[in-house]
Amino acid sequence: MTATAVTAAALSVEGLGKIYGDPGPASLPGTGPAHGTPISPATGAVVACWDVSFHVAPGEALGVIGESGSGKSTVLRCVAGDERATAGTARLADGADVLSLDDTARRRLRVDRLSVVYQDPAAGLDLDISAGGNVAERLTAAGWRDFGRIRARAAELLERTEVPLERMDHVVRDFSGGMRQRVQIAKALANDPPVLLLDEPTTGLDASVAAGVLDLLRGLLEELGVAAVVVSHDFAVVEALTRRVVVMQHGRIVEAGLTDQLLEDPQHPYSQRLVAAARG
Amino acid sequence: MTSATAPAPARAAGAGEPTGPAGLAGLAGDGGPGGIFDELSKREVRRAALTAVAVPGYQVPFGSREMPVARGWGSGGLQVTLALAGPDDRLKVIDQGEDAGVNAANLRRLITGEVGAEEVTDTRAATVVQSRHRIPETRMRAGQVLVLQVPVPEPLRAVESDMTEQRRMHAEADYAKIWVSLYEDLVRNGVITQAAGYPCLVNGRYVISPTPIPRFDVPKLDGADHLTLFGAGREKRIYAVPPHTRVEPLAFDDVPFQVEHTPGAACAHCGGDGTYLVEEPAADGSVRWLCSDTDFCSRNRPEGDEQ
Repeated sequence: MTATAVTAAALSVEGLGKIYGDPGPASLPGTGPAHGTPISPATGAVVACWDVSFHVAPGEALGVIGESGSGKSTVLRCVAGDERATAGTARLADGADVLSLDDTARRRLRVDRLSVVYQDPAAGLDLDISAGGNVAERLTAAGWRDFGRIRARAAELLERTEVPLERMDHVVRDFSGGMRQRVQIAKALANDPPVLLLDEPTTGLDASVAAGVLDLLRGLLEELGVAAVVVSHDFAVVEALTRRVVVMQHGRIVEAGLTDQLLEDPQHPYSQRLVAAARG
Repeated sequence: MTSATAPAPARAAGAGEPTGPAGLAGLAGDGGPGGIFDELSKREVRRAALTAVAVPGYQVPFGSREMPVARGWGSGGLQVTLALAGPDDRLKVIDQGEDAGVNAANLRRLITGEVGAEEVTDTRAATVVQSRHRIPETRMRAGQVLVLQVPVPEPLRAVESDMTEQRRMHAEADYAKIWVSLYEDLVRNGVITQAAGYPCLVNGRYVISPTPIPRFDVPKLDGADHLTLFGAGREKRIYAVPPHTRVEPLAFDDVPFQVEHTPGAACAHCGGDGTYLVEEPAADGSVRWLCSDTDFCSRNRPEGDEQ
């Protein structure tokens, strides 16, 4: 990996690790896919993820796939700043390692440089304020102080995410799950962040609504030139949204490749099982 | 612009009396119980007040003591005034702008009984003014101290119930949620409806809730010549707006901050229409408007108006 390649990526994650429990090297032996467990036999620590590296270029979407407990969401939470990583670096386009920033600086990144869409809309939204108000929170955090312009921008974003404008001033609690997810996406995009992290964005939705949100996300990712990381256990989501994918098991990346290739010809036994399960 | 709690009976009681200190002494009786605030407690309040002045708008925690008034009834302002005032001071206490209000009279009696200060009602003569709900209409000058009795000091309380999160937001000057509450107010009502405790940015850093004064009084804090101390006894916080400090009410660029105003309303006594007016209903259902600040009003009435 050369320096130029690092700066070209919108997000570069190198050697990311998160251990719950003793963070020392003694916790590592005996964990991972080869041993079939993320739990250290020596210290009892949970190695949720270790030595995870990937790069996402502007306009590119990367899938992270694996079963529950494989560590994929932990990776996303560490990059997003919801958790502190034990090891590794995560650099944005300017080359700064976000993992070394303090909590205050990390929260500031979330205003306009790095957005997250959570599986549960309640995690990313305030359900007791209006759809427009939720988008306005991101805008005011970025220093917007003109009511008319805030309204116009919120309306533009909600229109883009296909939330009916007549519902812009309704509290989000009254919305269906699919509509809440669309509001969350609008809020995440409010300040045109260069990096977007999506954690199981359609998992809580029924099949037809999920398909609609997926369509929307696919259109937005193509249109916006944002670098996206899509974490999901569902191959259909990863297939729809991403060109490249990494497969995680027991906290380690076991295979990486182009999404369609990996789906057609998985190499690692675990990937083969995942694909077989998804294909029925 | 109404004030539901303007105490009409208290106004009637004060109406026949001369409004000087002698008349008020008759109303209030002798000084209250002595020895209600020890010297160490006073020192703690003074230390908190000094910190508050040094960091304008920052809510300084202090060990609020039990007072012979219920918490939430002025115990914070009372402790600040007791720590500040001495025998050489001239003390004015108002409730809703009125010197003769029951709460004001009782607090004044309590304080002067404890510290030996002189009771006054003329804002110009006072060295310390303790107030609930109002800043006097007469511009206060350098050297005077205004002590406000604060029920709810936390401006973030309406938008964030978690106290740890409130502290983080203050520390990071993260006030997006307050802006959203203003946005929501405008969307729902077309105008800003928040009347008391309107959020203000002090010295470009901390947002305060200048409770419980109405929006009408907020501009008086900006660049004031006097020191304003906010004491919240129940919530155990003291904060300050020192003299000559910027106090900016939060407002969108295209929706200017406005104070309460009722077109056509003027005080039935002094005829003033540039003061904060309260509505007084009469038995026949009609209303008339009166100055909330009785001291200011009485000095501006035409000859012969004794009401």
